[in-house]
Amino acid sequence: MVFLTRRYRFSAAHRLHNEALSTEENARLYGKCNNPYGHGHNYTVEVTVCGPIDASTGMLIDLETLDRIVEQEILERFDHAHLNLDVANFKGRVPTTENLCVEIFNLLWDKLNGRGLARLEKVRLEETSSNFVEYMGQSPNPVKGVISEK
Amino acid sequence: MIYLTRRAEFSASHFYQNPQLSAEENRRIFGKCNNPHGHGHNYTLEVTVAGEIDETTGMVLDLKELKNVLENEVLRVMDHRFLNREVPIFATRIPTTENIAVEIWNLLAEKLPSGRLHRIRLYETQDLYVDYYGE
Repeated sequence: MVFLTRRYRFSAAHRLHNEALSTEENARLYGKCNNPYGHGHNYTVEVTVCGPIDASTGMLIDLETLDRIVEQEILERFDHAHLNLDVANFKGRVPTTENLCVEIFNLLWDKLNGRGLARLEKVRLEETSSNFVEYMGQSPNPVKGVISEK
Repeated sequence: MIYLTRRAEFSASHFYQNPQLSAEENRRIFGKCNNPHGHGHNYTLEVTVAGEIDETTGMVLDLKELKNVLENEVLRVMDHRFLNREVPIFATRIPTTENIAVEIWNLLAEKLPSGRLHRIRLYETQDLYVDYYGE
């Protein structure tokens, strides 16, 4: 069993704002991230897959396949988009780094699992170099080698 | 239990080819990595050792000894080498990042002066790395 991690980058705008709260509560809760005009980040996303090494290829997963899935599912959807306005995934959900990380995991889970023996282990999302979120699926401590429930 | 990680760098060339597959299949699966002349990377290796802190020294293991083991067991074998041709194990095994990480584990696991090998992390580029925990 090996764990392979590949890093990708995208840039997006967002605004942290919860429609269910008052203007004052949003301003207090989210501070400058509540600016109605939005603001942006250069996100770095690390995708970790795990599984056995294929004896024929010496590889865990074909990197071109992984790149294509991440390009189609994540980068085309989120890169240079306004997460609140342009992306259906965040209708009614605040596009925090936490929610974005979970959303990326769920988008990739459906596409990556069932392809060969590799499975998605972790998504790590950096909003800034000082700030990142990791998500490994719903199970709080997925056992290595066992497919965790989404 | 505490985890200590030491980083080392080496440069090597390789190419990917499975002799049991046809030339067309090799090109399809491995793409430009199939070029038989090889191509190279600057690899970054992170070796993580788990252990207890020795009460006398305050250390998990002597870093000089770990550095020597890395030098003798890994860097001397792989640095500035054509992995397919010059490292015997890769005569019959494709030197992918995955297989190199496993091989480095096998080279180091029994050679540590103290502590237990916990993880091998091998970066092929800054955007691609493999972790291996020995199983």
